[in-house]
Amino acid sequence: MILLIFLVAGSASFIAPHDPGKTNVSFKLKSPSFQHLLGTDQLGRDVFSRMLHGSRISLSVGFVAVAISIFIGILVGAMAGYYGRWVDSILMRFVDIMLCFPTFFLILTVVALLGPSIFNIMLVIGITSWMGTSRFVRAEFLSLRERDFVQAAKALGMGDRRIIFRHILPNGLAPVFVTATLDVATAILVEAGLSFLGFGVQPPAPSWGNILTEGRTYIFDAWWLTLFPGFAILITVLSFNLLGEGLRDALDPRLRGRR
Amino acid sequence: MARYLVRRLLYTLITLVGISIISWVIITQAPGSPIAITLDPKVSPKIVEQMEKNYDLDKPIYQQYFLWLKRLFTGNLYSFKDGRPVLDKIGERIWNTLLLNFVSILIIFSLAIPLGIFSARKQYTFFDNLGTFGAYLGISIPSFWLAYLLILGTVKLFGYPVLGMRSFVTEEFSSLEIVMDRLWHLMLPSIILAIGGIAALSRYTRSSMLEVIRQDYVRTAKAKGLPEETVYYKHALRNALLPIVTLFGFLIPGLIGGSIIMETVFSWPGIGRLAYQAVLARDYPVVMTINTISAVLVLIGNFTADMLYAIVDPRIRYQ
Amino acid sequence: MLLFASPILFLIILGMNLLFVSYRPPQRVNQLIMSSIGDASFLNPILAQDSASSEINSLVYNGLIKYDRDLQEFVGVLAESWKVEQGKEPRITFFLRRGIRWHDGKEFTAYDVKFTYDKIMDEKTNTVRRSDYELVKEAEVLAPHTFRVTYKQPFSPGLGTWSMGIIPKHLLEHEEINTTSFNRRPVGTGPFRFVEWVTDEKIVVEANPDYFEGKPHLDRIIYRIIPETSLSEMELLTKGIDYYGVLPHQFRRMSEVPFLNVYTQPVFSYTYIGYNLKNPLFQDRRVRQAFTHAVNREELVQYVLYGFGEVISGPFPSHLWYYNPNVKPFPYDLRKARQLLSEAGWKDSDGDGILDKDGMPFRFKLITNSGNEIRRDVGVLVQRQLRELGVDVTFETYEWSIFLKNFINARHFDACILGWSLSPDPDDYMIWHSSQIEKGFNFVSYQNPEADRLWEKGRKEYDVANRKRIYWRIHELIAEDQPYTFLYMPLGISALQRKFFLKGKDSEGREAMSEIKMEKAGLMYDLIRWYVPQKAVLER
Repeated sequence: MILLIFLVAGSASFIAPHDPGKTNVSFKLKSPSFQHLLGTDQLGRDVFSRMLHGSRISLSVGFVAVAISIFIGILVGAMAGYYGRWVDSILMRFVDIMLCFPTFFLILTVVALLGPSIFNIMLVIGITSWMGTSRFVRAEFLSLRERDFVQAAKALGMGDRRIIFRHILPNGLAPVFVTATLDVATAILVEAGLSFLGFGVQPPAPSWGNILTEGRTYIFDAWWLTLFPGFAILITVLSFNLLGEGLRDALDPRLRGRR
Repeated sequence: MARYLVRRLLYTLITLVGISIISWVIITQAPGSPIAITLDPKVSPKIVEQMEKNYDLDKPIYQQYFLWLKRLFTGNLYSFKDGRPVLDKIGERIWNTLLLNFVSILIIFSLAIPLGIFSARKQYTFFDNLGTFGAYLGISIPSFWLAYLLILGTVKLFGYPVLGMRSFVTEEFSSLEIVMDRLWHLMLPSIILAIGGIAALSRYTRSSMLEVIRQDYVRTAKAKGLPEETVYYKHALRNALLPIVTLFGFLIPGLIGGSIIMETVFSWPGIGRLAYQAVLARDYPVVMTINTISAVLVLIGNFTADMLYAIVDPRIRYQ
Repeated sequence: MLLFASPILFLIILGMNLLFVSYRPPQRVNQLIMSSIGDASFLNPILAQDSASSEINSLVYNGLIKYDRDLQEFVGVLAESWKVEQGKEPRITFFLRRGIRWHDGKEFTAYDVKFTYDKIMDEKTNTVRRSDYELVKEAEVLAPHTFRVTYKQPFSPGLGTWSMGIIPKHLLEHEEINTTSFNRRPVGTGPFRFVEWVTDEKIVVEANPDYFEGKPHLDRIIYRIIPETSLSEMELLTKGIDYYGVLPHQFRRMSEVPFLNVYTQPVFSYTYIGYNLKNPLFQDRRVRQAFTHAVNREELVQYVLYGFGEVISGPFPSHLWYYNPNVKPFPYDLRKARQLLSEAGWKDSDGDGILDKDGMPFRFKLITNSGNEIRRDVGVLVQRQLRELGVDVTFETYEWSIFLKNFINARHFDACILGWSLSPDPDDYMIWHSSQIEKGFNFVSYQNPEADRLWEKGRKEYDVANRKRIYWRIHELIAEDQPYTFLYMPLGISALQRKFFLKGKDSEGREAMSEIKMEKAGLMYDLIRWYVPQKAVLER
């Protein structure tokens, strides 16, 4: 399923039957037909093509945001877990503050300061969602750093950076992988929610959240504008969640069956 | 324990001050100004300047911050938007938000735990698989989308208003009708708000239950020949539920943030919507105060969660 | 098994609820329920800025005068008559109606008018109305029912500013005006009395039995706050609201609903593309003219507004006396547009499909505020249409507050899509006069000495025929210069339940019902005569 989604997103420009930005106002709000598989929107743009291109935007928002969040999460978590003591308590206090922050305000402000571009949205979702990962990584580090092989590496006089990245991190990466997959799902949902409040990827760029939000006005006139993008989000998020779960079972048998 | 408590409280206080300073800086540095939100050719720029002065917006940031703090504690904090005391504005809405969230937590717990237990008992049956799939569906669905579909459906089906906290002409209602009406209006938003929680919690209960069932003492109980029902509901369940209770504390952070969208969709007069409007209007006093209150709620949540852990699980010791 | 009781209980409650809503409780009928997108802020006419507050204030408060139903002249409300003395320092004397009482029973006098004026002029009051009275030299009470204002210089729009709602002195004298609780439970002289305000839910007003023009026939009016248009529509269809401002795309559906009447009406606003004339790209008039030719405005009206709008040629609403009908809108003409652009030196010399001049491609950013769906759609279409001309336009939307502060007020933009909402008086000095470039609302930096002179003259002239000549000339000048591409003036559409009628006397003095008519001044002009003819007050 995920593969299919990727395939679709990657080849959007080849399979899209129409130019997603092409307006044809005399063809607006037409219900699904062979010519326009999922109908047209209020400006006569082809919803199917817009959704295909939207998949790219939505997916890349999901991935980049998670990449950022994982990066920060690992960095903070590794430092806190490896060095312990005051580094740990300062960083963890910071994590607590971040966790208490109503993310909505942060998102709003950053989008406001930097302008509502796709990149900024990725950035904001990234910097407001790393705390879970960092706690995870920290816990992993706390237990790993006492293990023999780390002690051995230390005794051999290896540098901290090398120990962190070459020895501990690879061992603690499995759960990070799992959360990352689950986070992609969340990030896609967050982007849709942001669009709903008017702070998502800005129109006319077609993200799924956008198509959905624009379609809301026409809910009585054109059900397809609301139904299909919502469905696409649902399927994608569902696939990522299932994938994440599958990965968890495969990578970490201890966690099997747990949520 | 007492020392631990004091330390926790101290941490909490520091966190709170940290949050309020960071958010003050962010909010006031955000572009836009509370005065510049109208584009009315009848308003001369001189007046805008005068109003900025009236709102103390010409003072340096740190002074504005302390003014905010002082006014908050002396009860002289007024909203820019309608000149009302900020605490009044929040006070009249916060109960609506809490009501909505309380009901949805109620729904989460009353549906998720039985569902989880049932799934655990019938592990790998059709019902269990259905439950698993349902749970994934539940956490994957965009809530506002679902809300729209449901509103549309119920309106088409029953032709009875679903928005807001109550129907509009209620004085001809009997008291029973009023109660039913309020319940009806609570129903949809709280169910939708609960869906994600039900999905997550029922999974959690299921796995927690499965883990406990495999433990020795349960097996012993079964071997003793106790009826299966007794074993499940008396012995296993209690232990399986302990960690779940603490989840309660972690649910609170989601309360305020999660209800912004639902309150907007259902025109529910709560503080999530207030916060959203205040941000758009750059109503700094309101934004800051809600921000701080929600941080306090979250901290209380974390605190109770930790305390519950300590009480529930005697293995945890604090120095 | 106890555990399973809770889901069962849940199902029972759900079931009971479904039963309950399948049966519809009766509703009172002789009332009007309206909807508003946002909650009101101040129920005090001197502080209110938003439309929700203003609408309710217009029911609860009265001004001294108001526009008549054709928006041509003024009629007295709290003032029975008035006298304008022209001259170097013109004076207006208002003779107030006697025997008018505030909703709390106290008599209304000229001291209330003076108090209202003083409060507006007080710098501590957070009001935006002060600009209206900046040219007032003196306001004085001559007798308990006579009030006089003297202006520093001739200022013809001055009279209209006295349609401002008057607030009671005896209740506000000792209050802090910006924060008083009066702003949430107002007392006025208007046809409806305030009853209650439930935050973010509703505001209720009821008929004022002592209203000087007679008690309104409706028992009460309820404003519901519904933050979403599509949700308002659902409420309208379930009869949860009686009146609703319809969006263009909903029109056809609404007019098919048997229990609704749908009205249309021109409104005092227009939408335009404003070009930043400080930007060298737009300094050549031919470029602006070319753009206006290249934007298919008929198509915009037909498809984005579903035909509910009118293409305009200049800065005034087309249904009023100061709009010059001799100035015709530029036709959609791509060839003409290309020709004008090449005259201005823009040609596609490198063959990349984008026009260029001196090696610079014609590229700019078009912006508008987010949240306005119609402007967003207009932007998308304009972007496409200008691309056809060979101009590389990017289109972006920003949140309102940021849009204003960072782009418009900072004069930091290439071109923007915006709209003006105007008042019935043509004095748009603040938008077009070159003295308003630095800090005022002339953010496109438009400058035309002849137009400047005319704007100055127009606001000093009291004679309508002379004013008309002045504004017709201004219209010509601005249409020629095209500092904006004037897009369209929308039509307002509203839907109203069919149960409402106008109650009045027919020509022989008998009680008679007639259909509610749309007036130039709006559907609600005769609101106090609205009535629901029904013996029973309750309906299923």
